[in-house]
Amino acid sequence: MTEATENKTSLRARLPAPFRRIDPAVLIAFGCILLLLFLGSLYSSNFLSLEYLLQQLKVASFLGVIAAGMMLVILLGQIDLSVPWVMTMGAMMACAVAGFGTGGMILAIPFGIFCGMVFGLLNGFGVAYMRIPSMIVTLATNVVAQGLMVLYTGGFSPQDSAPEAMRWLATGFIIPGVPNAILVWAAISAAMVFLLTRTTFGRSVYGIGNSERAAYLSGIDTRRIVMIAFAVSGALSAFGGVLLAGYASKAAQAMGDAYLLPSIAAVVLGGTSILGGRGSYLGTVAGVILITLLQSILSVMQMPEAGRQIVYGIVIIVMLLLYGRGPASP
Amino acid sequence: MTATQSQGGTPLFRMEGICKRYGGVRALEDASLAVEGGRIHAILGENGAGKSTLIKIMAGAVVPDEGRMLLEDRQVAFRSPAQAARAGIACVFQELSLIPDLSVADNISISNPPRRFGLIDRTAQRRLAEEALARAGAEDIHPRTLVRDLPLSRRQMVEIAKALAWKPRILILDEATSALTAGDVAKVFAVLRRLRAEGLALLYISHRMHEITEIADECTVFRNGRNVASYAAGTRSGSEVVEMMIGREVSGVFPPKPQRHRESPPVLACDRFGWSDRLHDITLKVRPGEIVGLGGLDGQGQRELLLGLFGVLRGTTGNVSIDGVATSIASPGTARAGRIGMALIPEDRKTEGLMQPMTVRENLSFAALDQLSARGVIDRDKEERAIDELVRLLAIKAASLDIPVGSLSGGNQQKVVIAKWLMRRPRIILLNDPTRGIDVGTKQEMYQLLRRLADADAAILFYSTDYDELVGCCDRVLVLYDGRIVRELEGAGITERALVASALHVDAQAEAAA
Amino acid sequence: MSEWRYWLNEQRGTLMGLAIFLLMFSVYIANHPAGLTVNVVETAANKGVLLAFIAMAQALVVITAGIDLSVGMIFVLTNCIASWIVVGTPMQTALGVAGVLLAGAACGAINGLLVIYGRLQPIVVTIATGAIYFGVALLLRPFPGGSVNEDLADALTGRLFGTIPTSLVALLVVVLLVWLPFRGSEIGRAAYAAGSSETAAFMSGVPIRRARFAAYTLAGLLAGIGGLFLTFFTYTGEAAFASGSGYTLWSIAAVVLGGVSLYGGRGSAVGAIFGAFAARTTGDMLFVFDVDPLWQPLLQGMVLLVAVSIGAIGLLRVRSRLDWFQ
Repeated sequence: MTEATENKTSLRARLPAPFRRIDPAVLIAFGCILLLLFLGSLYSSNFLSLEYLLQQLKVASFLGVIAAGMMLVILLGQIDLSVPWVMTMGAMMACAVAGFGTGGMILAIPFGIFCGMVFGLLNGFGVAYMRIPSMIVTLATNVVAQGLMVLYTGGFSPQDSAPEAMRWLATGFIIPGVPNAILVWAAISAAMVFLLTRTTFGRSVYGIGNSERAAYLSGIDTRRIVMIAFAVSGALSAFGGVLLAGYASKAAQAMGDAYLLPSIAAVVLGGTSILGGRGSYLGTVAGVILITLLQSILSVMQMPEAGRQIVYGIVIIVMLLLYGRGPASP
Repeated sequence: MTATQSQGGTPLFRMEGICKRYGGVRALEDASLAVEGGRIHAILGENGAGKSTLIKIMAGAVVPDEGRMLLEDRQVAFRSPAQAARAGIACVFQELSLIPDLSVADNISISNPPRRFGLIDRTAQRRLAEEALARAGAEDIHPRTLVRDLPLSRRQMVEIAKALAWKPRILILDEATSALTAGDVAKVFAVLRRLRAEGLALLYISHRMHEITEIADECTVFRNGRNVASYAAGTRSGSEVVEMMIGREVSGVFPPKPQRHRESPPVLACDRFGWSDRLHDITLKVRPGEIVGLGGLDGQGQRELLLGLFGVLRGTTGNVSIDGVATSIASPGTARAGRIGMALIPEDRKTEGLMQPMTVRENLSFAALDQLSARGVIDRDKEERAIDELVRLLAIKAASLDIPVGSLSGGNQQKVVIAKWLMRRPRIILLNDPTRGIDVGTKQEMYQLLRRLADADAAILFYSTDYDELVGCCDRVLVLYDGRIVRELEGAGITERALVASALHVDAQAEAAA
Repeated sequence: MSEWRYWLNEQRGTLMGLAIFLLMFSVYIANHPAGLTVNVVETAANKGVLLAFIAMAQALVVITAGIDLSVGMIFVLTNCIASWIVVGTPMQTALGVAGVLLAGAACGAINGLLVIYGRLQPIVVTIATGAIYFGVALLLRPFPGGSVNEDLADALTGRLFGTIPTSLVALLVVVLLVWLPFRGSEIGRAAYAAGSSETAAFMSGVPIRRARFAAYTLAGLLAGIGGLFLTFFTYTGEAAFASGSGYTLWSIAAVVLGGVSLYGGRGSAVGAIFGAFAARTTGDMLFVFDVDPLWQPLLQGMVLLVAVSIGAIGLLRVRSRLDWFQ
């Protein structure tokens, strides 16, 4: 254990300067990815094929888009539990609007995202202006979103199928061999990196996550920043739903349930502190890939759902014990 | 009579050669104290003289580095307040230790409730509470009242009752009367006299001189972490006591003050400014180029005044004007912006001034990001230049600007807090005790800096708990007492003596007596 | 006379929960075609009692200013366990019941250990342990099935003396045997103290850690009792994800409706019980008013949103904006 850490530090010292500043958690996460690939390749040589890797990245991109929004909220020291139904709503609304002729086709994706943003704003208002714990507000808005969708669909999966544009966005190819979903994820990732490292908004998010008091006393309108961050998270959740519906050709009830826990896990495994203020976007990317590979390998090994849930839970707790501990309390 | 008693009786409790350091700062150095039963012993000293640390050590909340404590000639050591309380030393702390959502009775026997069948015996507990409240002279408080429903002064009485419930032999009261009304103080004094008659040793810490004169039998003065004098109460005049409390040589080197001020119109003025029950009728003016000090004891409303001006408090009354124009400031964001150009160096740099885990660089530019960016995108070159300039200007010493600001020394952290605001080139600078807990060298640099900023036409409002500093730095000093400005000192009139006297409200007392 | 006033003040949150419940229930009964009959009450009791157990569990943790997002999953897991072991002879059945309760308490204790001694945030920890508990439930019951000692089940879900629903009596017994002793003990008071003001509690030498641990463990136990009763109602075990997360969610709503402060220190598990029945009645009300069942989730969601917004009223009293950030 100690030897490993020593090796890692000496390794880090030998790295070129830009890499030396990377959070060790990010390095560990990437290390785990390589380890998983290695273990997988022992099982089947397919695991190292370009095809398999691209396929994994495509699957990862849905989670990646959602985790990007989740990360923003977690950096603030908050959490967004409304992901499942905001995501489903984005997908259903996009598919629904697409049914209204050409205009609908064009508006489908923006409208889906817009619905998510509205719910994000609602979350943000509750958290920032009404100071209700984010966990509670987002739990409640999740139920409201669910209620709306049940009402809309009558409790069954809607018959509208995803429009061509959505399918193309998720499964088409601009660059031969590289699914568009990966490009979308890459574009959002680039935007996130820019947002977090180069803009006043990004700095403010880190500042608020570390000490909202200090950020407020520095003259930052912390409430506005928090609300915007939740709006972005809602919009990205809905966009994730839109992509997923494009991939599956249609929206389905409860399609978002399987994304809440993994999105939080991906952010936390990537070294972002659940208490807020610390974490790099690169880590979240690593976390997303790690989770996706873990899922893939567990399913290739025909691990039942039960085992997957248990492995998730344990992996998160172990990683938390390694990085996410609060200060010693009395 | 008192003299023969103090020679004859052995002290109930003694402390000898007590030393305590916090990091590099010495809080207590070879301090000693002896208390006797049936006496009220007052402890005096300036802010930071070591009184609080001494009491905390006695009450088991702090463990000393060196020295020994003897209770009836037997050596004792306390690891927790409960242990000290069991040994017979109970303390009424300055910060309240009551739990707001529990009843008075629950609070009084919180750590040692009467039990019956393994559960708390509510009937017995209530009886205990009634007894304790009666001993504390607060029979009017119903034991079932929730603490959060009581006003501050009544809570203080519950604190005293809670300490008495331990049936202590030594009772420490640390600023226990600071939140009380005159009527309550009289009641408490009656209680204290009765307890003295019962043979308890009482240790009484207060900044209110007249209270000490009224109640104490014996006084000990602390200065710079040592006990410098003990005397029988009433044998020293008020001015002699103040002299003993100050006693030290002026150690800081202060930049010369300009002889005469330009009669420019005030940049910041407030008229009958008030807030809640903490600030009343504050009227003040600060001109460009002027350093105005805020004096007085800790917690007399200075912090609230600065926060109120900076737009943090809700429901303030009265007017604030900037450049003669009535202005409403509803948030720090407004306060720092354009026309107003205000900056606040907050009290607690750890939670209010800095984001500890973030880098020095990020902290330095945090308050000025809007000026360093275009359309929300940070201009990195501009940021870099601004940071470099300030690091040079303030001589901030850091191994790298990319390490967490929390790893710098206290002095350098404070420099970062000030630098982050100077980056905005503020016209009005509010400082809340900026030199607390930093080394002498950095303090001197800061005094020079304040004067340079004033010379460059900034208007500075400067609260300090260090009287020396106020004397050395300020052109004028406003002394606050109980949320009001009670005295304004100017020019040669700013002396440590005048400051301490007006802070303790001695003058008013003398006037009232005359 | 004045004693009465103090009692009222102490129990304000709980009484508010009771008032909300009584109001809703009387509106419900008034509009019910059958009116107030034993059958109607029994159905209402049996529906509400499960959520009541889970809400009590949640209340215990929330009083310490924590949160347990795994209560619903402990409920599901204990249901699955019960569908295996609460069978056979009376002796075996008794052992089985003990085993189920022990399992619930163990789940709660794990949460407590991770939160208190692992110094982890309760939100994430309990999400993660919730996944684990659900995984174990799924291992035990990949498909709905199993059975339970039907004599016991019928005895505990029927009526006592032909009028009183036994499930309500069971709830009362749990309140008397678990909640009241906790509330009256030093540990219980420490739990309130820790939730109300951690610093003041520390300065007063209150056993904060032990109190928190006890709260989490008892919460697990109560969720286990809930799981046991679910088995008595359904005669089977089922690892239903939606049911687990639904109960977790509604436990929070019930706690808020029952006057327990999410910031800790205020409220009681009894209030949470009223909150649970009130929450259940919202669903039934929609039924008697002939609201399209499709509207139910939405209306319930709105009720929940309004309930959690009530706490924000206190914000208007804040005089220093810095208090927002504590």
